Amino acid sequence: MDFARLTLTELRQALRQGTVSSLAATTAMLERIERLDGRLGSFLTVTAERALDQARAADERLARGEESPLLGVPVAIKDLLCNEGVVTRAGSRILEGFVPPYDAFAVARLKAAGAVVLGMTNTDEFGMGSSTENSAYQTTANPWDLDRVPGGSSGGSAAAVAAGLAYGALGTDTGGSVRQPAALCGVVGIRPTYGRVSRWGVIAYASSLDQVGAFGRTVRDTAAMLEVIAGHDERDSTAIPAPVPAYEQRLDGDIRGLRVGLPREYFMAGLEPAVEAAVRQAVDRLAALGAEIVEISLPHTRYALPIYYLIATAEASANLARYDGVRFGPRVAGEDVIDTTRRTRALFGPEAKNRVMLGTFVLSAGYYDAYYGRALKARTLLVNDFKAALEQVDVIAGPTSPTTAFKIGERADDPLQMYLSDILTVSLNLSTGCGLSVPCGFDERGLPIGLQLMGGTLQEARILNAAYAYEQAAPWRERLPAPVPA
Amino acid sequence: MSKYETVIGLEIHAEMLTESKMFSGCRVVDSVEAAPNSAVDGFSLGMPGMLPVINRAAVEMAMKVGLALNCQINPYNAFERKNYFYPDLPKGYQITQYAHPIATNGYLDVELESGATRRIRIRRAHIEEDTGKLTHMAGATSLVDFNRAGVPLLEIVSEPDMRTAEEALAYASQIRQVLRYLDVNTGDMEKGIIRFEANISLRPKGSDALNTRVEVKNLNSFRALAGAIEYCAAEQERILEAGGAVEQATLGWDENHRRTLSQRSKEDAHDYRYFPEPDLPPLWIDPTWIDAVRAGLVELPDAKRARFETAYGLPTYDAHVLTEERQVAEWFEAAVRAGGDPKSTANWLINNLFALMNEHRQTIEEIRVTPQALANLLGLIDRGVVNQNSAKVVLAEMFSGGQPAEAIVEAQGLAQITDEGPILAAIETIVRENPEMVASYLGGKEKLRGWFVGQAMRALRGQGNPQLVNDILDRVLDAQR
Amino acid sequence: MSTLTLADVEKIAMLARLHLTAEEKEKYRQQLSAVLDYVAAIDELDLDDLPPTTHAVSQHNILRPDRVSEALPVEQALANAASTAENQFAIQAVLDE
Ligand SMILES: [Mg+2]
Ligand SMILES: [Zn+2]
Repeated sequence: MDFARLTLTELRQALRQGTVSSLAATTAMLERIERLDGRLGSFLTVTAERALDQARAADERLARGEESPLLGVPVAIKDLLCNEGVVTRAGSRILEGFVPPYDAFAVARLKAAGAVVLGMTNTDEFGMGSSTENSAYQTTANPWDLDRVPGGSSGGSAAAVAAGLAYGALGTDTGGSVRQPAALCGVVGIRPTYGRVSRWGVIAYASSLDQVGAFGRTVRDTAAMLEVIAGHDERDSTAIPAPVPAYEQRLDGDIRGLRVGLPREYFMAGLEPAVEAAVRQAVDRLAALGAEIVEISLPHTRYALPIYYLIATAEASANLARYDGVRFGPRVAGEDVIDTTRRTRALFGPEAKNRVMLGTFVLSAGYYDAYYGRALKARTLLVNDFKAALEQVDVIAGPTSPTTAFKIGERADDPLQMYLSDILTVSLNLSTGCGLSVPCGFDERGLPIGLQLMGGTLQEARILNAAYAYEQAAPWRERLPAPVPA
Repeated sequence: MSKYETVIGLEIHAEMLTESKMFSGCRVVDSVEAAPNSAVDGFSLGMPGMLPVINRAAVEMAMKVGLALNCQINPYNAFERKNYFYPDLPKGYQITQYAHPIATNGYLDVELESGATRRIRIRRAHIEEDTGKLTHMAGATSLVDFNRAGVPLLEIVSEPDMRTAEEALAYASQIRQVLRYLDVNTGDMEKGIIRFEANISLRPKGSDALNTRVEVKNLNSFRALAGAIEYCAAEQERILEAGGAVEQATLGWDENHRRTLSQRSKEDAHDYRYFPEPDLPPLWIDPTWIDAVRAGLVELPDAKRARFETAYGLPTYDAHVLTEERQVAEWFEAAVRAGGDPKSTANWLINNLFALMNEHRQTIEEIRVTPQALANLLGLIDRGVVNQNSAKVVLAEMFSGGQPAEAIVEAQGLAQITDEGPILAAIETIVRENPEMVASYLGGKEKLRGWFVGQAMRALRGQGNPQLVNDILDRVLDAQR
Repeated sequence: MSTLTLADVEKIAMLARLHLTAEEKEKYRQQLSAVLDYVAAIDELDLDDLPPTTHAVSQHNILRPDRVSEALPVEQALANAASTAENQFAIQAVLDE
């Protein structure tokens, strides 16, 4: 049995039939991590003992014929979601050694569903980045080309799923941090509607934009993950109290009559030809499946990144204020309390410092109106763009990332260059609705390309089904990355 | 007589007595008595990933206070983050209401010693969360306890409408009284359950300019409040007279030396960077909700006092004393409902029961004497079963033992002596044993009559029916002529 | 648009309680100035009668009943702290106040 080739739903099937054990699958994953992750760097923390215990427990429940959505399935968690009793650091030195006494809502849901948690995956510090290079601990390689980035900030999760080190993984998406790495690693990643998954226990970056998402090797796997983590939580005032559809069951692959909109602004200069070609082919495929393709406009797309950096950094400047070394995290001694606070907070990495200062500035007296205040109003333009478009069409389609995976270090010293990686994903976070990325081909270097599908508020089932229809017609997933050299 | 007039505004921070904290289900405890960090949760500690959820009870308490202070309750409420660093502030920001407070444009009519009333306008009242507590240890450490972090606070901000320490004190104590009436706050200043901040400036009499003000924080007693106002007014007058200018400042108050001390290193000139709290959707308060809360409002001190005067015919002073605390007023009315005559109930409460309560340091809720029990005692007096003197003894017994009046009268034989036999016997003995007194009385020393009554009462252990004692004494003495 | 001075950067770094080295100050002065120029793109938008979008969800009046849920035992509360004493979080003496 080649555990690396199995999908989440195939493994779940085999576990239920008793042809494999969770212990075997978990052991196989741990063995692969042991062997390959030294080179890949997708995990920050591997909780082998816990995982094996959970696997044994799952096998007992399976033997008793118990049914639970992810019973016995090994998965990974982004280091930004609190995992009770396991060091959770948001990829940052400032949370070195932090052990949360609680599980994030989504993590608790995974555990309750019987999933086996393998460990915590690498992330850009506090989710601030698009390449996972902003992790304080390690860089993660792209399984398709080890000299290239996996995207970010959920790069660890995307790489782990792509390399067959986990059957599914959790990420967070504030400006594209699930969809963009999914595209760059050739896996499926969904960013549900804001409020669909509780943010409780998710280490905050930008509270009005953060949302938990899921990765899978297939659309069905991803739907299975989302079905488990979605749902209401009275501890998150922004969680939407709407019932959770049976996403997996709703995958029938029938998209006849589905109106698919192509925003002309998403096919702009800077888009790599191979990416454009692959996405246009994918759209033709959707048309062939009976979808109706409509050209649309999201006129304010070019303002999305500026608005994002004003709002996200303002919120981040407050969200990261709690890291003062008093109640948790390390402390760097200074001459007095203020100096100690400042030296302790110097443990933040360069990008976190950059964003905290930008956010502090745009909120400060004399600048608030010109920057943050205007950004809040401008955000309304993007909300209206999407509302208008989604009255015309059911789903918006386009590239997830303007480029395929770039070289490690290539954009590291130029924040603005790095920011451009999110140019096609941030608009969704600023407006409303859900989005996903599904593999739609490869460039001439053999690097994966992602097709982004976006839908309205709580339209996850619809975009998942569109992606599923496409995936069935164009099974790119059968192509796997070359084995990572051990 | 100064040529300046003092302009005073007050900011009052009052904790709201909810079971759980403002934004999380963490227990609210007495942050002075409770063991350090024994009432904290992830949110109180600002731990990563923790989120706020608004406590409905706190919102409704704030609405009650707003209504009681004649404020407008605003339909649109939003919470914002107030950003600053301090070790007792767990998240690095305080969730508060800034641009959209729950209540605005109210007033409170305060009564002064002179009997005159002043209308003090209330600018706003808003909801926020309290901080933790710092303790400064000997040596180079401070300790932080987060039990108080996240406790619901109502900040009540007045207009600068007060002109004297007396007015400020009257305003502060009447706000405190209203909060106690509404069961929103205990009014405990020492424990900081309610805290005062005064801003003080001076201006030439007749001018209506608002000059540079100083803010004095942590005033934890009325005495401190008055002291700070008088001190700052004097200071500013001295500065202005010397041709200087008052400097804007935030000061602390040193109660021991009765002087202000400069506070808060002004590292960053307070740039709080308020912005909308993304974790809390807005709160809309519709008229139906306001009406429901208004319907639940208890009668407020002023209304109660007025009613006590008219409905029970009580003198203003009595009505005032009886309505100081809602619990006392309610006890009084319960006693009246139980049959007690309003006037004598008021008298017995104010003159006797209060004395016992002070002596034994008990509140009206703690005492064992029930309103019904006092009413019964007053009944015994009316029916002449006991006289006033004995009734006082009986009340003391009721207070310590808790038994009903009848039982005590019975057990201690404190009932009045109303048959002639014993009284006549007692008086005849006195007359027989004191011939010279009798002689001088008959000789015209009328005053001595009181002496005979006293002797008779003593012989009857204070229980003789006064009327009978007097009649019989006259008879016996006349018989001696 | 605004290019920041070193003084600006120092003021921001104090507000944000960040200790910066001399090299960092210059680096962030440049980076922040560049980003500020970039975000200045929104200056050209006419936003006059647009309402701000302050929240990502349309729901409102999310309230909880005044009920006590389980708290964190003091050991757990202090478990992640760099320094503790007498069941409290220990820090350098705070002199003002
Ligand atoms: Mg204030
Ligand atoms: Zn306040």
